[in-house]
Amino acid sequence: MSEPESQAPLDADPEGYAPSVARRMAFYQRAGGIVTPIMTAVFAFLMGGIVVLSTGHNPWRTYKAIFEGSGLNWLFHVGNHSIQVPFTHTHIWFLWDTNTNHTAAYNLTQTLLTTTPLILTGLAVAFAFRCGLFNIGGQGQYLMGTIVGVYIGSRFTDMGHLPHVLFALTCAALAGALWGAIAGFLKATVGAHEVITTIMLNWIAYWGGSYLFGRDGPLQNHFNKAVPISDDIAENAHLPTLSGNPHLQALHVGIFIAIGGLIAFYLILNRTTLGYEVRAVGFNPEAARYGGISVARNFILAMAISGLFAGLAGGIDILGWQFRLGVLDVQVSNIGFIGIAVALLGRNTAVGVGLAALLFGALLTGTSTRSLDPEVFPPQLAGNLALMIQALVLLFVGADLLILYIWQARRKLRLPGAARAAKGSA
Amino acid sequence: MNAVPTQPPWLPTTRQVAIGGIVLGLFAFWLTIPPVSARSPWWPVLVGLCAIAAGIWAVTRDVRRPGWGAIAAGLVGIGLGLLSTRANVSNLDQVVVWSALLSSTLVWATPLTFAAIGGMFSERSGVVNIGLEGMMLSGAFFGALGADKFNSWVMGLVCAAVAGGGFALVHAVMAIHLRADQIVSGTAINFLALGLTGYFFIQIYGENGTPGNLPRIPDVNIDALGKVFGHLNLMIWLSFVLLIAAHITLFKTPIGLRIRSVGEHPRAADTVGISVYATRYAAVVLSGVLAALGGAYLSIGYLGSFSENMTYGKGFIALAAVIFGNWRPFGAFGAALLFGASTALSFRLAQPWGNASVLFQALPYVLTLIAVAGVIGRSVPPAAAGRPYVKQ
Repeated sequence: MSEPESQAPLDADPEGYAPSVARRMAFYQRAGGIVTPIMTAVFAFLMGGIVVLSTGHNPWRTYKAIFEGSGLNWLFHVGNHSIQVPFTHTHIWFLWDTNTNHTAAYNLTQTLLTTTPLILTGLAVAFAFRCGLFNIGGQGQYLMGTIVGVYIGSRFTDMGHLPHVLFALTCAALAGALWGAIAGFLKATVGAHEVITTIMLNWIAYWGGSYLFGRDGPLQNHFNKAVPISDDIAENAHLPTLSGNPHLQALHVGIFIAIGGLIAFYLILNRTTLGYEVRAVGFNPEAARYGGISVARNFILAMAISGLFAGLAGGIDILGWQFRLGVLDVQVSNIGFIGIAVALLGRNTAVGVGLAALLFGALLTGTSTRSLDPEVFPPQLAGNLALMIQALVLLFVGADLLILYIWQARRKLRLPGAARAAKGSA
Repeated sequence: MNAVPTQPPWLPTTRQVAIGGIVLGLFAFWLTIPPVSARSPWWPVLVGLCAIAAGIWAVTRDVRRPGWGAIAAGLVGIGLGLLSTRANVSNLDQVVVWSALLSSTLVWATPLTFAAIGGMFSERSGVVNIGLEGMMLSGAFFGALGADKFNSWVMGLVCAAVAGGGFALVHAVMAIHLRADQIVSGTAINFLALGLTGYFFIQIYGENGTPGNLPRIPDVNIDALGKVFGHLNLMIWLSFVLLIAAHITLFKTPIGLRIRSVGEHPRAADTVGISVYATRYAAVVLSGVLAALGGAYLSIGYLGSFSENMTYGKGFIALAAVIFGNWRPFGAFGAALLFGASTALSFRLAQPWGNASVLFQALPYVLTLIAVAGVIGRSVPPAAAGRPYVKQ
């Protein structure tokens, strides 16, 4: 508090550098409430709409079709429906229609299916961020989870249902954790920048997966050597489904695991010593070191836990609805990358990540070939539109800081005495 | 003082042993390919183990980096050697036609060279450019679009450069004036380019793809230069020119001194009157233009068509080349050649090895990971890379 001016979050340090990412994030975390993320998303959708308009399509109708494709309109279709009480044959009155043969309900289950891994890959980015690390290796960690998940799921066929599922999910999560921990270890020991190492690990997982399931690859299926795809996982390794036809990508219990992940994320960060240390390192590694916290240990642990979330996402996708993994699946997947936008839009908090994952899950499902009405807008275009909106969200998250800066500067100008007094008393 | 054991001068130093180990590791692989073509798996294993032994010996005597390098080279040599002894001989002869391999290496190295030298300028000025991939992709698409609409490859290159420069300008504004996190903004650029090029590609060309008669960047035919160098594409020659120009600019001119000082210590540079912002803007935009030219070479130089996400990671390999090449033009070029060779090999080896050849595509990333881990000589980025500067 001896130098109150240089302590302000967005001021430069004496060397002339802008404040560190972690410090800015910490400020961003506190400032502006929920308004800035919402404005970010709205601006991104507006800009996307301009592109749609400029190419001769109607943005309003397009977004309406995407909204309906995501199944979120289900929430507005209230009426007189019934729902079965679990484990009984009793039906009771329910406000919403849960019959997944109907389009809206089915689309909504698909949105939730996409939301599940997005929550977890979002947490993978968010957890590392709280430790001051930028984990853009969520994709590689997710892929490791899928690879190990499909391996365990298709082997060990004589295991019981629950042990098999738990074993496969645990191994998938540990594979992701290992992949993350490599980056954390390199950061902690030789100071290799985690962004560089995680990028490299992403692509190693990408080509490794392409090798393993490719033609004559070690994990290719045993039935048709012409198809570069893995064996199907055993029936015993399928996650239990909640509603819908299990062969048509039914909603599975993974969404609860993801919500459990959100709760675990909150509890670890806010209620445990580990979380305290992680956040302390995130705010200021030097101060944390001075306070007796092992920065190296926290870097490794934070990356491992991040990878754990992403690997779990991969395992859940495989055991929940994919059931097999092809070279193409490895190559076109970008769930881990979208996790970056999810985490940043959700401000690295549990609730924010959950909501942002739902937004992106709905966007991805609404723009998919299966859900979007091709009469209104071609799904191939819509998929790219979703990518653009995601990119714009990322860009505006950066621009947010400018808005906050202006906000802060304006307040300083208006209330110089009051601001100083408040700081002094704080 | 007087008890220090002196080494007889004819014995090699530990460092030389370690370097010898690296050479042995490569030799282990070389034995199994034409012209020697050793068929027994024992040869590469034996030679590779010697390399590893030399490496371990060096590491225990505190010559870490070359020692670990020798161990890695031995392992890689054994692995590759075993793989190729399993392949059949006549196939190997076809694969390892050195002249074809060399020209194919140059083809795959050229886009990497352009993008890597671009990325090097940006990072030297203190702005990390993760968006190289997106800038390359935009160059590939807008190069094809420009070449098609104006019916000239020159206009294709111009359009590519403008598009890449435009994306880079967005990154520059974000990174320099808005002081956004450069990784976030670079990632955004990648996705924006992926979405935008995909969107307009489908909107304009639909399912038919780019027309088959797209104007192509011409080859330079000089028969006197022989089989490999006689028929190279113009862009490949330009990449050599660029390499030399970049080296001279960066290390022999005041401009280069400014770029480097802005990237190492912006406050000091500012104090002596160098405009930090202007220098950084110029360097970032230049990186976008160069990356886009590399991308345009892929679409209108080499393949003659554009497809969605056609760069699939080339930009990241270029980024890896910048790091592997230690932020120097010749280093980046050497890394680009090495990585180009691994891509070329992965395609050439697809015949005898089948799917295992895709592992060569992962080699650049593995090598870069090893390099940043400090095993093969430590890579040290410019001091201010990734940190926005605030003028006082």
